[in-house]
Amino acid sequence: MDWFVFVVSGVAALVGALGVVLARNPVHSALMLVLTLFSVAVLFVAQEAHFLAAVQVIVYAGAVVVLFLFVIMFLGVDHEEEIGKEKLIAQRPMAFVVTMLVLLQVMLLARTRWATGASSVTGVASDPGTNIEKIANALFTRYLLAFEATSVLLVIAVVGTVVLARRTPMSGIRSVQEVDDTPAGPAPTEAAAEAGQ
Amino acid sequence: MSVPGPWYLALAAMLFTIGAFGLLVRRNVLVMFMCVELMLNAVNLTFVTYARMLDDIGGQVVVFFVLVVAAAEVVVGLAIIVAIFRSRAEATADDISLLSG
Repeated sequence: MDWFVFVVSGVAALVGALGVVLARNPVHSALMLVLTLFSVAVLFVAQEAHFLAAVQVIVYAGAVVVLFLFVIMFLGVDHEEEIGKEKLIAQRPMAFVVTMLVLLQVMLLARTRWATGASSVTGVASDPGTNIEKIANALFTRYLLAFEATSVLLVIAVVGTVVLARRTPMSGIRSVQEVDDTPAGPAPTEAAAEAGQ
Repeated sequence: MSVPGPWYLALAAMLFTIGAFGLLVRRNVLVMFMCVELMLNAVNLTFVTYARMLDDIGGQVVVFFVLVVAAAEVVVGLAIIVAIFRSRAEATADDISLLSG
């Protein structure tokens, strides 16, 4: 049963990943990304990381992919990309060779047994209790500083996004308001002042 | 623990490789971004596998932080992409070469 789950969701994850890379339409890529993210969530459940599986589905497959799709639709780039021409010579063969080398190295590392180091004493994953309790215990004791730093990071991300997405006069594109205002002569306040005199 | 950890690690390595290949090959900035997400997910899978193999909850906590950072990264990155698309209509990775000198 475990092998069945592993094989099915592993194949689905690989198919989704290939779909992300090979699909010409960005919308199809985003939908294939959902398949991969969901399969990885299933693999999390198979390894008793239940909380992370839930977060994966909610945050990644939910929020992040919806954000991707929103940006694709907002920018109107949901047309086919022409894949034919390459700007760099032999970019794809070189990329293939390099990534195959990376795969070979990581596979060799996965075969070795250097990962069996000293096991934890404070946060043992096979302790009694639910997965979310153990994660909370580790998160709010040992990793508390990192947790607080995460909140600062989120605030910075929100502020940065608002600043980036705002239309400013310096951004190269003038807003509709400015374009409407420029051909007029003196500013309305000055005109009103002159009329008053 | 019937499926041994190295199988999960091999699967994660393949996912990471596909993501890296897509990042090197594709030109659409949004698709490149999705490939980065693929690579992050492969590494998350590796962390969870090691958390199980070493019987340590710390690996899962690290994945939690990676998820948060990835969400923030997606938000800021998509804002940058929108800002780039505003100034030029068609923006592939080849067109955005202002810093190449």
